[in-house]
Amino acid sequence: MGDWVTQQLPALLILVPFTAAPFAYLLGAGYDRQTALLSAALTQPLAAFLALTVVQEGPVRYAIGGWGGPLGIELAADGFSATMVLVTSVVGLLVTVYGLRYFGDLERYRFFWPLWLFLWGSLNALFLSADIFNLYVCLELVSMSAVALVGLTLRREALVAAMRYMLAAILGSLFYLLGVALFYGAFGSVDMATLRETVRPDVAGQAGLALMTAGLVLKTALFPLHFWLPPAHSNAASPVSAVLSALVVKGSFFILVRLWIDVAQPEAFPGASVVLGVLGSSAIVWGSVQALRQERLKMLVAYSTVAQIGYLFLLFPLASGGGQAASDAWVGGIFHAVSHALAKSAMFLAAGIVLARFGHDRLEGLGGLSRRAPVTAMAFGLAGVTMMGLPPSGGFIAKWQLIKASIGSGQWWWAVVVVAGGLLAAAYMFRVVGPFFAREAEDLDDSDLDPGPSPVTMDGAALALALGALVLGVAGQPLIDLIMVGAPALVAGVTP
Amino acid sequence: MVSQTDLYTLAGALLFVIGLYGIITRPHLLHKILALNISSAGVFFVLVGIARRVPGPTPDPLPHAMVLTGIVVTVSSTAFALALAKRIYTDTGVAVLDASDIEAEERTGG
Repeated sequence: MGDWVTQQLPALLILVPFTAAPFAYLLGAGYDRQTALLSAALTQPLAAFLALTVVQEGPVRYAIGGWGGPLGIELAADGFSATMVLVTSVVGLLVTVYGLRYFGDLERYRFFWPLWLFLWGSLNALFLSADIFNLYVCLELVSMSAVALVGLTLRREALVAAMRYMLAAILGSLFYLLGVALFYGAFGSVDMATLRETVRPDVAGQAGLALMTAGLVLKTALFPLHFWLPPAHSNAASPVSAVLSALVVKGSFFILVRLWIDVAQPEAFPGASVVLGVLGSSAIVWGSVQALRQERLKMLVAYSTVAQIGYLFLLFPLASGGGQAASDAWVGGIFHAVSHALAKSAMFLAAGIVLARFGHDRLEGLGGLSRRAPVTAMAFGLAGVTMMGLPPSGGFIAKWQLIKASIGSGQWWWAVVVVAGGLLAAAYMFRVVGPFFAREAEDLDDSDLDPGPSPVTMDGAALALALGALVLGVAGQPLIDLIMVGAPALVAGVTP
Repeated sequence: MVSQTDLYTLAGALLFVIGLYGIITRPHLLHKILALNISSAGVFFVLVGIARRVPGPTPDPLPHAMVLTGIVVTVSSTAFALALAKRIYTDTGVAVLDASDIEAEERTGG
């Protein structure tokens, strides 16, 4: 039994949520939530098991139905894949628990459960894909379920935001698919392990990589192509916002890392990784400045996502030189993706409690929140510690690794960006958290709705995620070990 | 000498760019969705052309399978986009993303 599960792990991680999704729809009111909870409770241990297997036995490869390449579909899991599947499962389980109470048995929210399970399965499939065409299909599955989730509330702003998101997402996928076509035409394969050996920086190779990158950058909402993200992430229902900011943007980022660090060698495409780094730096500054100017809590958190996505892209210039610096950059970039996922979902879940209890999320009206909703305010504040990159937190480890990589590779200017971004994050976080804990503030008066206290499961989910991001700061070594399993040659720490 | 594959690739790229232009410039949602479909037709064109890259009379079947998958994806996403656009039209009375686009819409007579 144990052996069978170990062998079938990659398939089970996709099959469980995909099987549960139609059942959640068909069983309908009353049973959909139980189905989702059951699926989440199964998927989370499976993801942990996969991480354990990868650490102990190295990268896993799996041919679906016994059909290997080139015609069958293969799945693959190295440390990076297992890390992303694991963080998805942790955020996923807690968002599911939170959602049980948040959505209740309201009829108009019943589509949340099947769509969310489809999204979860699609994300797992994406992280476990071994070929670039299968990644295209997964990208579309992720986008379609994410767009539908944004429009879930059927509010006018949410529908328009969903439409804007959808157009950007489909366009991004088309760019990506065109790149895949050129790659297949030039190199005769879509399997990433094969492409690693055959990709050449000729005209077709460069054009293909440029097209795929353009599409993925649009889907990751990297500045200046971030226009669709703030409205979509802030107008969605809060559990949806949490999943979008924490996980969905990381899906397209995951493919970018695979393509640039794993499949194509960055030095074969000089200049491109610097361009990505410059765009990332601009995102950090622009997103933070916009976050400082927002009047609504969820808009501020959404712009903070635009800024935090920027850090991920520093990975490309920092890793391009190989050696120890590249290894530091690899750990830093992925560590940042993980700690941001935990902290950002905690923030959106906390914001959701505020909205549900007080009926608004205007910053000027939330002073003194800690007295009315102590745990909620605490979860938000603790998540802010990771966002600012203060020790001890996952955000600190991530930024420390990125700074180390900057110095180690002789590109100190990226370190300046990392530090400046931390200061800007501190500025917008204190703008929110300061008033939350201000003793004299009485902004929340009795005229505000307050069916409080905050539900325990909702507060608990937000707090657990925020604490998780902090724990990564003191006990992050196992995660670093996992991230390094089967790491691409460029970043494996071997001096070329 | 321009090969058959090159010709298809160029034509596909042209279709892709025509669609892209439409998505960016046309404010009406229906126009945007149609433009997306033109762009995807361009991508499929490129893939169909690439199937001829192998020597001999039989083309490579794999790009054809990719096009089939792509068509399925495009049909479903188009249906979904149309449903979303219809809902926006029912709710707001206009099928645009931005209220400021309405004037542009009237100017072009769309």
